[in-house]
Amino acid sequence: MKTLDFKASRWALALAAGLGVAFLGQAHAANDQVVIGDIDDMSAVYADVIGPTGVEAIKMAIADFGGTALGKPITLLTADHQNKPDIGASKYREWADQSGLTMLLGGSNTGVSLAMAKVAGEKKVPFFAVGAAGSSLTNADCTPYTVHYTYDTTSLANGTATAMVQGGGKKWFFLTADYAFGTQLQEAATKVVLKNGGTVVGSVRVPLGTTDFSSFLLQAQSSGADVIGLANAGTDFVNSLKSANEFGISKTMKPAALLAFLSDIHALTLPAAQGLTLTTGWYWDLNDTTRAFGKRFFEKTGRMPTMNQAGYYSSTLTYLNAVKAAGTTDPDKVMEALRAAKINDIFTTNGYIRKDGVMVHDMYVMQVKTPAESKAPWDYYKVVRKMDGEEAFGPLSDSTCQYAK
Amino acid sequence: MTTILGYPLPAILGQLILGLVNGSFYAILSLGLAVIFGLLRIVNFAHGALYMVGAFVAHIILVNFGISYWFALIVAPVAVGILGVGIERAFLSRLRGLDPLYGLLLTFGLALIAEGLMQQKFGSSGMSYPVPALLQGVYNLGFMIIPIYRLWVVVVSISVCIATWLVIEKTSLGAILRAATENSQLTQAFGINVPVYLTATYAFGVGLAGLAGVLAAPITQVSPLMGSSLVVVVFAVVVIGGMGSIMGAIVSGIILGLLEGLTKVVYAEASTTVIFIIMAVVLLVRPVGLFGRE
Repeated sequence: MKTLDFKASRWALALAAGLGVAFLGQAHAANDQVVIGDIDDMSAVYADVIGPTGVEAIKMAIADFGGTALGKPITLLTADHQNKPDIGASKYREWADQSGLTMLLGGSNTGVSLAMAKVAGEKKVPFFAVGAAGSSLTNADCTPYTVHYTYDTTSLANGTATAMVQGGGKKWFFLTADYAFGTQLQEAATKVVLKNGGTVVGSVRVPLGTTDFSSFLLQAQSSGADVIGLANAGTDFVNSLKSANEFGISKTMKPAALLAFLSDIHALTLPAAQGLTLTTGWYWDLNDTTRAFGKRFFEKTGRMPTMNQAGYYSSTLTYLNAVKAAGTTDPDKVMEALRAAKINDIFTTNGYIRKDGVMVHDMYVMQVKTPAESKAPWDYYKVVRKMDGEEAFGPLSDSTCQYAK
Repeated sequence: MTTILGYPLPAILGQLILGLVNGSFYAILSLGLAVIFGLLRIVNFAHGALYMVGAFVAHIILVNFGISYWFALIVAPVAVGILGVGIERAFLSRLRGLDPLYGLLLTFGLALIAEGLMQQKFGSSGMSYPVPALLQGVYNLGFMIIPIYRLWVVVVSISVCIATWLVIEKTSLGAILRAATENSQLTQAFGINVPVYLTATYAFGVGLAGLAGVLAAPITQVSPLMGSSLVVVVFAVVVIGGMGSIMGAIVSGIILGLLEGLTKVVYAEASTTVIFIIMAVVLLVRPVGLFGRE
């Protein structure tokens, strides 16, 4: 038996060695083969913001690019992070180590994206944070491989909070999602409110995925504020606004949607959402290019794209163009090509990626239409104001990112 | 302003009233679970999913056939009950006599399948269900504004809970059911068809979940995951009340709703955790639950 065991272990060793060689070979072959990963909330509170429909947007971008890059077919991997930072980070690490990942699209949830940004820095795999809002991704938590694409807490606050305070809403109460995203959004909005001469009278932090917001709204109401700042997103936002209407709170206080997506307005319906002020990085009905993309996307998915789904499409294309320009998937060369590029596509005109990772582009302050103003399905927003990129995202000199110096 | 321990009285009263509303939901859901566990020894993890199905039935019949909320209050629980008959006959009846763990796993699997299918079809943000015209509007209680619909929910669920308790504890039908729980073979020997009663009990229990779904539809978004977080809380309520205890489920549902409301005044971040802390304490001090029999 002993010899048999010995034999078996020799075989095992040989097999392991063979696998190792095969693996090395794969790693080598993976060189210059584009492998795009998408890690997002595919099934819970944020699944309609990007989710499975967002995967369609990536596929559209890959198809529009021709399906191949550097002469090799483009691979797409997707995973559900279930809003758990450890799942997102370990999937990212696994793909970087074993699947030859060359670029990652990060979906919703700032908490998960912060964990994934650490992996981006460690594994040197470019990371496009599309769905996460937290500005710390391009400040304290920045890496040389992070690109923050669609919007961030700074630009959202600059848009919505400025508009609300200037419209007379001086006293604020925040209803905040109790994790990195909510607190960063509240912080950014607070800064804007104070700068414009307003005050913050209170705030309450609400666990992610709460279904009953009435108690928290009651606290908001007893605070005597004029504005209730909703620093939450997805179904949390929908449920909190719905309750605010139900309890008559939106009659005495103005709700400020610090982050709202087209999918949220669709779920709420216009009678409940009308008149809301919000800020968006993209909308399907801005011009002929955006309308054409919206129409194509609608034909594939039966929904108009949210700004993040458009951001998924655009960031995939931007990355593929940078690979083409660099002639390699080498992360440093691709990042160099990305920073040198002017982004002109369905998402933006003359967008550019700054040293700190922010993709600087125009943002739009919108007002939700009344049912009478809406002429067609998904016709939900009217433009109040267009903010140019520098105004929205603030100057590079404000960034605390160590790579921006 | 009057304060209690430094907290303003209007805030406390307001949260207590909202806690009562939430507690009514906990009561009606945990009642269904307790009835099912008491008679079938099934830990019905599909309860949250069936609550969601109830809300969807109300939504679908409203959108497609224009059937109003008032009819949905009957149609949806009946539809969910019929679904329950199917589930009990096809699956659960085969598990009789096995460890309750098997039933838990089976119903958990069914819940995941139902939620997955609904998500595939309807997405995750869900749909709005309008408050019926008769119950629209608000009362101003002075310290807070309360939507009439929420008061309606409290009235309906407390009435349903009391009616159920009366049927089980005070009628001959209830006596048969209780007898079947104690000793099903002996009960059968009296010429009573026990399996039929068990199926009917399961259908009734999940029908209550369907009713809760219809009641919740105008309050929360009708969405595939609306029941998934709730079912965990409701289980905690049942454990605190004592598994299988009808009165325990009702009373602890309402009390825990109130306690949750108070937590929101004191430290809102803990409001989703407080029930589980209480559950842990109850399990340590009195493992059979507050109303359970040793």
